[in-house]
Amino acid sequence: MKIQIKQGRIIDPQSGLDQVGDLCIAAGKVLAIGETPEGFHPNKVIDASGLVVCPGLIDLAVRLREPGNEYRATLESELLAACAGGVTSLSCPPDTEPPLDETGLVEMLKFRAKNLNLAKVYPIGALTQKLAGERLTEMAELRDAGCVGFSQADAAITDTHVLMRALEYAATFDMTVWLRPQDAYLARGGVAHDGVVAARLGLPAVPPTAETIAVMTALLLVRDTGARVHLCRLSSAAAIDMVRQAKAQGLPVSCDVSTQHLHLSEMDIGYFDPNCHLIPPLRSLRDRDAIRLALAEGVIDALCSDHTPVDDDTKQLPFGETEPGAAGVELLLPLNLKWAEEKALTLVKALASITCGPARVLGLDAGRIALGLAADICVFDPDAWWRVESGALKSLGKNSPFMGYEVRGKVRYTLVDGQLVFEQHEACTSPYNSRK
Amino acid sequence: MGANPQLNAQGELQHLLTIEGLPRSLLIHILDTAEGFVAVNQQEVRKVPLLRGKAIFNLFFEPSTRTRTTFEIAAKRLSADVINLNISASSQSKGETLLDTVDNLAAMQADMFVVRHAQSGAAHMIARHVAPHIHVVNAGDGRHAHPTQGLLDMFTIRKYKGEFHNLRVAIVGDVLHSRVARSQIHALTTLGVPEVRVIAPKTLLPGDMGQMGVQVYHDLAAGLHEVDVVIILRLQNERMRGARLPSSQEYFKYYGLTAEKLAYAKADAIVMHPGPMNRGVEIDSAVADGEQSVILPQVTFGIAVRMAVMSILAGNQG
Amino acid sequence: MNNLSLPDADTLIQQLAVRMLPDMTDNTVLVGMHTGGVWAAEKLHPLLNPDMPHGSLDISFYRDDFEKIGLHTQVKPTRLPFEVEGRDILLVDDVLFTGRSVRAAMNALFDYGRPQRIRLAVLIDRAGDRQLPIAADYAGLVLQVPGTQHIHLIRQEDGQLMLKLVDL
Repeated sequence: MKIQIKQGRIIDPQSGLDQVGDLCIAAGKVLAIGETPEGFHPNKVIDASGLVVCPGLIDLAVRLREPGNEYRATLESELLAACAGGVTSLSCPPDTEPPLDETGLVEMLKFRAKNLNLAKVYPIGALTQKLAGERLTEMAELRDAGCVGFSQADAAITDTHVLMRALEYAATFDMTVWLRPQDAYLARGGVAHDGVVAARLGLPAVPPTAETIAVMTALLLVRDTGARVHLCRLSSAAAIDMVRQAKAQGLPVSCDVSTQHLHLSEMDIGYFDPNCHLIPPLRSLRDRDAIRLALAEGVIDALCSDHTPVDDDTKQLPFGETEPGAAGVELLLPLNLKWAEEKALTLVKALASITCGPARVLGLDAGRIALGLAADICVFDPDAWWRVESGALKSLGKNSPFMGYEVRGKVRYTLVDGQLVFEQHEACTSPYNSRK
Repeated sequence: MGANPQLNAQGELQHLLTIEGLPRSLLIHILDTAEGFVAVNQQEVRKVPLLRGKAIFNLFFEPSTRTRTTFEIAAKRLSADVINLNISASSQSKGETLLDTVDNLAAMQADMFVVRHAQSGAAHMIARHVAPHIHVVNAGDGRHAHPTQGLLDMFTIRKYKGEFHNLRVAIVGDVLHSRVARSQIHALTTLGVPEVRVIAPKTLLPGDMGQMGVQVYHDLAAGLHEVDVVIILRLQNERMRGARLPSSQEYFKYYGLTAEKLAYAKADAIVMHPGPMNRGVEIDSAVADGEQSVILPQVTFGIAVRMAVMSILAGNQG
Repeated sequence: MNNLSLPDADTLIQQLAVRMLPDMTDNTVLVGMHTGGVWAAEKLHPLLNPDMPHGSLDISFYRDDFEKIGLHTQVKPTRLPFEVEGRDILLVDDVLFTGRSVRAAMNALFDYGRPQRIRLAVLIDRAGDRQLPIAADYAGLVLQVPGTQHIHLIRQEDGQLMLKLVDL
């Protein structure tokens, strides 16, 4: 299969490339960038004039809900949603039922995902058995089965001794440990940031200290053990400052934030909007502004969707009883572009946080456009406005705090290994088209 | 979720979920209407035909005999049909969801739901869900709001003090867990009380109190100095277990209202308590039963205020 | 608006008092209906008998149009500082129109006790517009007014009462 993507604006954040030209793909790999070689006879030609051609997006946190929660979403529905969002590679946290703590489960997930021929799935294995925070999993075996990192998902390890041993063991095999930093005791029972909104609405609160104490613990253990740690879903300005300093000192740490924390604050809870019940909680406007700045500076390595499809029944409850999480793999690109526009960033710079940035966290040679590299490509219309609503989302999870938002940036084609896995032709109609 | 979910398209009160965000004129209208019902409650026949034929469901997901009873009396004095449902948490977890319950009752031609729930935001969630002709009254949701209690407290203050604009009011106790305190604070600031104080140890205060327009005191004597109204909050026993307080004895010693402490307030200060009281924990019996106490009138006024709220709501079309 | 066709309110009240005076007994009490009836009753009271007990009645909670218009008007507390039971009540309103207000007032009074008799005095009796079998025992003036107009009793700052015809 040979594909020619004609006259698109080719952007590669890794190399800084930003030029209009052709992208030629053969045998699943990139054959030519810029000029179409003589004698190249494509089976398919994609007219990309007016469109952006960039590396397929990489999302560090997409819950696929398999195994165990197929009533909420399936591997197929969520991988289709990922492709519709231009995401060609994703990692999924181990908090499935049962958790990804055995090689068989990981192999089955990899096998099923591969057969679907959609986005590539890179599982994060469980750091401890059943995520109970007590006994280590067979990390080396799990790595051989396909795990690219190990984490506790949202279940913290309360026993610091276990955490230290887990980091030491992971360091032995040069594996990255992903930690979602939150002190279990300080966060206990909390459902909102310890600020003015929680005070007003009478919601049990999680102080930012719950995050900073856990980050400090993690950083000190990194120093001692030499383990590589990726801090997931940071939410507070104070925690980001700690990571900034740790990086300056050369510690092997990286971090990410979610699209929700990039754009929203505690204020968005409004009148108990259950779609704003998130882990960690949405924090103050000051925290949000710090996140927006640190992502632009590169202190934060990646932006992820933290995609968590939740069914209506578990969202239609009083705020504190609802299941936390937001669906959003299809909003990763438009919310990245929204941030770029608001911060006046170039596309090259903005797209790095959802392409080469997360690729480095995963240790993959992906998230870039280079000759001979797998042709994982996203082609999107940067000027198409669309409205976030149930019918516009392929994911079975309709729980988005961005429902009703008008967003810009619509994926037209997604290619994985040179195969077209998603295409959408019809032009978006929106009142904003004429204005912009 | 932009618009105030309590108001209908005409800006009238559709649900009473919280006092926050309600205009001053509406609060005054409720208090004035309640004055009319105080007179009704002194009639030979303590009943008016206003809500004849209306079905009011008391949905209590958290047990509370007192509040339920006052709502029941209020509804009955308006000639409404009252149906009480005590829905325990255990039967909730056995399949039927909260909204299933609400849907089923709505299908029985309910006109109004009076909702009490242990979770903040429960009444909002139900109000978002019900058909436009159904009104929801929040009878207490988690730590969030208890608007009719807040209103009856304002009614009591107005009865004894006349005006709001020259008052100093102190709220003493477990503000963190108190829906009553939140409703009182919003009502007091909306009605123009220039100085609202909260007095509590740091473990019983939410993190960001200043933004709610109150002054924070940790010392009871200093906080009570020259106040016109003292509101004592109930201290629940389980607070002793969560490392928030060492003992009820120590709490009483430093934060319990005694005659000696009350002397720091103005000589004509009134003492209020939403009930039920823990005598010897947050308030001394001598004060609770003393001359400055208006705790029993609060209960009486509560019926008139709830009658006012229910009749104003029922008269507004979705 | 047309004030010319309406007589002076004070003159009407004085004429009413003259006609009512012979029917007063020791058991008679005066009850004005909010708001115009209360003003009229206050003027009638000294002319009839300054020692006669008098009160005011708010019928908001007894209206039959609650379903349609809700509870928007300012509710004024009912004040009846005497036993209603067995009393001879003189009910006073400004204008008798459909009769529905008077129906509500009678229901309200019965919730306080069983009066021996209720009589009705009004400043203006809008003839021909009745919707209930209710009639005034004393009327200052019987008037035919088009359905497109309303009669309002207004109290001026100096306490003077004035009748006004208002187009709907």
